[in-house]
Amino acid sequence: MTTHGTPPPAGEPNAHGSTAAAGSAVRTPYQQVQDSPDFAELRTRFRRFVFPMAALFLVWYFTYVLLAAYASDFMSTKVFGNITVGLLMGLGQFLSTFIITTLYVSWANKKFDPAATALRERVESHGPLSGHVGEGGHK
Amino acid sequence: MIAGLGAAAAPAADIGNPVVNIAIFGAFVAVTMAIVIKASRNNTSAADFYAGGRSFTGGQNGTAIAGDYLSAASFLGIAGAIAIYGYDGFLYSIGFLVAWLVALLLVAELLRNTGRFTMADVLSFRLQERPVRMAAACSTLIVCFFYLLAQMAGAGGLVALLLGVTSTAGQNITITVVGALMIMYVLIGGMKGTTWVQIIKAILLVAGAGLMTVLVLAQYGFNLSELLGAAVAREGNAGEAMLGPGAQYGASALTKLNFISLSLALVLGTAGLPHVLMRFYTVPTSREARTSVVWAIWIIGFFYLFTLVLGYGAGALVGRETILAAPGKANSAAPLLAYQLGGEVLLGIIAAVAFATILAVVAGLAITASASFAHDIYASVIKRGQVNPDAEVRVARITVVVIGAVAIVGGIFAKGQNIAFLVALAFAVAASANLPTILYSLFWPRFTTRGALWSIYGGLISCITLIAFSPVVSGKTDPATGASLSMITDTNVDFSWFPLENPGIISIPLGFFLGWLGSVTSKERGAELRAAEMEVRSLTGAGAEKAVDH
Repeated sequence: MTTHGTPPPAGEPNAHGSTAAAGSAVRTPYQQVQDSPDFAELRTRFRRFVFPMAALFLVWYFTYVLLAAYASDFMSTKVFGNITVGLLMGLGQFLSTFIITTLYVSWANKKFDPAATALRERVESHGPLSGHVGEGGHK
Repeated sequence: MIAGLGAAAAPAADIGNPVVNIAIFGAFVAVTMAIVIKASRNNTSAADFYAGGRSFTGGQNGTAIAGDYLSAASFLGIAGAIAIYGYDGFLYSIGFLVAWLVALLLVAELLRNTGRFTMADVLSFRLQERPVRMAAACSTLIVCFFYLLAQMAGAGGLVALLLGVTSTAGQNITITVVGALMIMYVLIGGMKGTTWVQIIKAILLVAGAGLMTVLVLAQYGFNLSELLGAAVAREGNAGEAMLGPGAQYGASALTKLNFISLSLALVLGTAGLPHVLMRFYTVPTSREARTSVVWAIWIIGFFYLFTLVLGYGAGALVGRETILAAPGKANSAAPLLAYQLGGEVLLGIIAAVAFATILAVVAGLAITASASFAHDIYASVIKRGQVNPDAEVRVARITVVVIGAVAIVGGIFAKGQNIAFLVALAFAVAASANLPTILYSLFWPRFTTRGALWSIYGGLISCITLIAFSPVVSGKTDPATGASLSMITDTNVDFSWFPLENPGIISIPLGFFLGWLGSVTSKERGAELRAAEMEVRSLTGAGAEKAVDH
């Protein structure tokens, strides 16, 4: 991983991809893209969104599960009519799931897809991809 | 998965008209079969058979995912558990729904971008192909087998409940018919046919449940609080407990731990279920895979909100005692409620939908298991990739017939046994053996072949060992009656030493730990080219499998 960081201009054919050994100076289109700052930026952007979001809903879900198991008196407290804290929190799980889904889709459409598409086009402009080696040859 | 569908008691269903029920189910089979035959005319390639030509839209696939995921157990079982236990039944449905966020955020799109037909495509992408494929296929086949067995055994219980068929021969014939129909759908239609069956079933199920929900709410002025009040009032002094948690799980420290273990398996298992993962390959792009999950989340979410109303509605309008006295016990809550609300016709529709549900779910499982055997074990491990796609699909078709036969025989033997735990076990295996490997492969560059093998086999073996020595297999008795509640009904046999009924709380952390340990202790240098390809492909979609152009 100690090779040059700047990929050749997009569109330049790279015929060495399938024979390049790991760590050699010749990089496959995939490696060139992986080395590029644009890709690093895309990866960081993706992880900065999905990891905290995943942590958030898992913590919220397990808080709810633990309260249901060990704080049943609290969960059975009536807020109004026959509606209990537990029921509101349960419906809150539905609501938070719907909200996170909507947030993710709008983020992905606006922030993620354009950058991913640009990088995909950069890889595919290299012509036939060398990357299919090792798929077992039974295509 | 909650109360065993297979545990239907002897007395015949004394409500409803079996002729109406069978006629509506027959119409469903006729319509879906016609659609399957029409849809499958273009089935030629492996991508057609395994992935429906990757030509479904996100909306279609999302509906099919809901059809695949919402089993009869989640419809009849959850509504019944809410009717009997109140709030605790509702807890299940939340785990089943929230789990989809794992699939949405971490798995669906990346998997679509890197795989072709099976879960093992992704797991073996940058590791040593043959051993990892073999491990992933083992785990896939075992999960499918458990799930399939539970569904088939449930079909026997369901006919006793809905059609009044209580003779052993009659139930065996029903199981055979369900298995034979499943084989036909999958052989004729491949993934396309299976997908259409699941789409139609999902629409019927959600429409049926939605209609019943409106009918129930209409009786209480569309006021949820009033409905809950009526369910509580019907139960007298004990009724208040239905509004909060604890009626089913609150009994002891052990039952609470059981509940947490189950919750862990549900929320982490969904994104590791092979038949769910395979559905992501039926769309043309990762963006459509995202749309699929979004549709699935909305449909499944609303469906579980409906079951909340149906459960309390059954508690209020039918009553717990009547439900527990009916054949099928808790599972009869939704059918009894349908009869109460709309007479024979509504009951017939709900009964037919319940059957369609079993059929759609088993078809999805059969195609997943056959793809895994033909594509992973036969083509890659046995033939080392030296096989043409036609031969591979031929093997897949033969596998479908074998799986169908195993399912029929297994279903007949398992009928009437306490095996509802198998669905929860399938989720636990998916969460312990599959999910850690999927996440490590996608997100951790240092993950190695040894890590994958330890994680898959470790998760799988620990799950099965712990469940084999748990009270669900032997030694659990009803404290009131002394009757056995285990799979082995002889109360003299008791070899259980693991106290929990779901292994997830042990096996899931173990699966993640073994994946890490195997990787850090391995000297394997990762295949750098493949790792670069996988990472770039997974995020950008470059080089992803395209839709089949007919």
